[in-house]
Amino acid sequence: MAGLSSRSGRRLVIGIPSFWLFVFFFLPFLILLYISFVDMGESVHPFKPLWDPATGVLQLKYENYLSIFQSAEGAWLKTIYIEAYLRSIWYALCTAILCLVIGYPFAYFIARSAPSIRPALLLLVMLPFWTSFLLRVYAWKGILGDYGVINQMIMGLGLSSQPVQLLYTDVSMLIGMTYVYLPFMVLPLYATLVKMDFRLLEAAYDLGATPWKAFWLVTVPLSKAGIIAGFMLVFIPSVGEFVIPSLLGGPENIMIGRVVWDEMFTGNNWPRASALAVVMILLIVVPLAIYYRYSGNRSEAGSP
Amino acid sequence: MAETNGQEGYLVAENLVKRFAEVVAVDDVSLSIGKGEIFALLGSSGCGKSTLLRMLAGFEAPSSGRIFLGGQDVTSLPPYERPVNMMFQSYALFPHLSTWDNVAFGLMREGLPRAEIQKRTDEMLALVQLSAFANRKPHQLSGGQQQRVALARSLAKRPRLLLLDEPLGALDKKLREQTQFELVNIIENVGVTCVMVTHDQEEAMTMANRIAVMSKGRVLQVGTPQEIYEFPSNRFVADFIGNVNLLEGQLSLDAADRCAVTTALGEVQVGYGVSGSLAMPVAVAVRPEKISIGRQRPAAIDRNLFAGRVTEIGYFGAYNSYIVVTPQGIKIKINEPNGSRHVMPNISWEDDVFFWWEDTDAVVLRD
Repeated sequence: MAGLSSRSGRRLVIGIPSFWLFVFFFLPFLILLYISFVDMGESVHPFKPLWDPATGVLQLKYENYLSIFQSAEGAWLKTIYIEAYLRSIWYALCTAILCLVIGYPFAYFIARSAPSIRPALLLLVMLPFWTSFLLRVYAWKGILGDYGVINQMIMGLGLSSQPVQLLYTDVSMLIGMTYVYLPFMVLPLYATLVKMDFRLLEAAYDLGATPWKAFWLVTVPLSKAGIIAGFMLVFIPSVGEFVIPSLLGGPENIMIGRVVWDEMFTGNNWPRASALAVVMILLIVVPLAIYYRYSGNRSEAGSP
Repeated sequence: MAETNGQEGYLVAENLVKRFAEVVAVDDVSLSIGKGEIFALLGSSGCGKSTLLRMLAGFEAPSSGRIFLGGQDVTSLPPYERPVNMMFQSYALFPHLSTWDNVAFGLMREGLPRAEIQKRTDEMLALVQLSAFANRKPHQLSGGQQQRVALARSLAKRPRLLLLDEPLGALDKKLREQTQFELVNIIENVGVTCVMVTHDQEEAMTMANRIAVMSKGRVLQVGTPQEIYEFPSNRFVADFIGNVNLLEGQLSLDAADRCAVTTALGEVQVGYGVSGSLAMPVAVAVRPEKISIGRQRPAAIDRNLFAGRVTEIGYFGAYNSYIVVTPQGIKIKINEPNGSRHVMPNISWEDDVFFWWEDTDAVVLRD
C-alpha cells in the first residue's frame, strides 16, 4: 500500500509541472507555430485560418519565414530581422560574460566565507527581487541620465562642462541587463562553489601549483556546471529581453524582442511576429539540446 | 630500531609556535628527524598534530619558530615552492582528473618534458600497482585504490619530505592492517623521509621508527614505539598508549638499582632506581598484560603480590581481561593470554584471587 501511494505521489509531483508546461508552454507554442504558417488577416481577425472555411483549400504560407531570411531585393540573410537576431545574441553574450566576470568572484567570496554569514550574503544577492523590476530599471535612468547622479559628479568635478551621453547607449543597456541578471549568475555559481572541497586547492598548491594555476586547473573545471547553468540562465532571457533595451538602450540598435513587439502591435502582422518568435526559440533551443545531449553522454560515461 | 642513516637533523623544527587568536595550537615544539626516518605525530584530536603538519607543508605560517629541511630554512616558503608533498586525509584527489592526470599533476607544474612526465607517472602507477586503472576517475576506484593514487601523487615529485595525514583513517579495519605494511614498504623502498599524523596508536607503532606523543600543543615524549610503550616518561603518555594501571603514591625508598613506592595498594617494589627525593609524589604504571593472576597464593613470590576479588571478566579471544577490586577499593585491570583452547578459565566472577608482577615490569612516573 505504502509503495502504491508513494508511486502515485511521485506521479503527481512529476505530473503537475509537466501538465503545467504542456498547457502553458507547449500548447501556446503550437498556436504560435500555427499562426506563423498562415496569412495576415483583415480587420478584426489578425490572421487567416489554415483552411479556407468557404472553399476548404489549404492556405499554408511559408513567406513569413522567407521574409526573415531574404530581403525584398532577394538578398539572403541581409534583412533587419537577421541583424536584430545577431545583435540580440551579441548583447546577450556580452551580458552573460559580464555577469560571469562580476559574479564569479562574488560567488567565490560567499562560498568561502564563514557558514554563519553566508545566509546574509545570499540575502543581499536576492534583495533586488524585493523591489519591482521596472522600478529598478527606471532607477538607472536617474543614475545615468543627462542630469543624473553620474553626470552631476562629472560636471561637479569639472571633468566636462556638459552632460556626457550615458543613457540610451549600448553601455547603459549592458549596465541595465548585467545588473538585472547578475543574481541568476551568482546563485548557480555559488551552489557549485560551496560544494567544492577547498582542500583540493591545498592539494594543488602542495603539488606546485601557484594560487592562480590552481584556480584555473581545479576551481574552474569543478565549477563548470555552475558556469554553464549561470550562463544559460542569463543568456537565454537576455536574447529576448524587451523592457531593458527599450528603457535604457539606444533608438538605433533594435533587438529582436522589440522587433517582435513592433510586428505584433504596430504592424499588426501576427504571422510574421509568430515566425520571428519561433525562429528565436529554435536559435536558443537547438544549441541547448546539442549541449545537453553532449553532456548527457558524458555523464553516462561516468564523469562526475 | 630507528634506522636514521646516522643523519640526525634532516628535518628540524625549532621552537615552533602557532596561535589562532586566543588558542595556542602548537606550543614551542622542537623536533629533529633523520633522513629516511618514518616519524609519527601521535595524539588525540585537537592536540595540535595536524597544525604542526600543516606548518611543515606550508599551509600555515608559524607564529614563531623556524623549519629547516636539509639545512635550508623553508619557514617562509609557500607550499608550492617547498620540496614537500602531502598525502591528505581524505586523499583530496582531483575528481575531474583521471588517475594518470592526478599523479602527473605535480610533474606538469614543474614543466618537465612530456616524455619524462609520461615515464615517471607510469613508474609511480606501477609502484602502487595501479597501471591498469590509469584512465579511471577517482570515484570509480575503491577506497584502497584511491589511497594508493594519493600516495603515488605525493611521491611523484620525489619530495624531500613526505607528509601523511591520517594515512589509513579512511579505510576499514581489515584493509588498514594490510595497507599499513604495504605503505611502509613503498615508503622505505623510495627512501623518502616521512612525517605522519595519526590518532591511532597501533598505526603509529607499526609504521613509525619514532613517535612523538602530543597533547595540548606540546610534545610530551619522543621515542621508538618500544620506548614509548615500555618506558613512558609521564602519566599522560603511559595512559594514552595502550592500557595501564596507574597507582599514585610517594617514593619511600630510593636506591641506585631499585626503589619503592608507597601506594594505596601497599608498598610497590620497582627494579630500577629513579632520580628524586624521598616522599616525592610519583605514580607507578603497570601494564595489564604484565600482571599475573591466580586463585592460589604463589609460594615463590614475595613482592608486588596483592589480593582482590574479580568483578568483571571480558573474553577477547586472544586474551581474557579481568577487573580485580582490592580490599582498598582499587580497580586493577589484568590481561591473561588465552594459551590453550581446552582449559576453561578457572577464574570466575566473585572469586578471591591473587595478582602479582615482576619488579622490573613497573614504571615510576614523576610527571
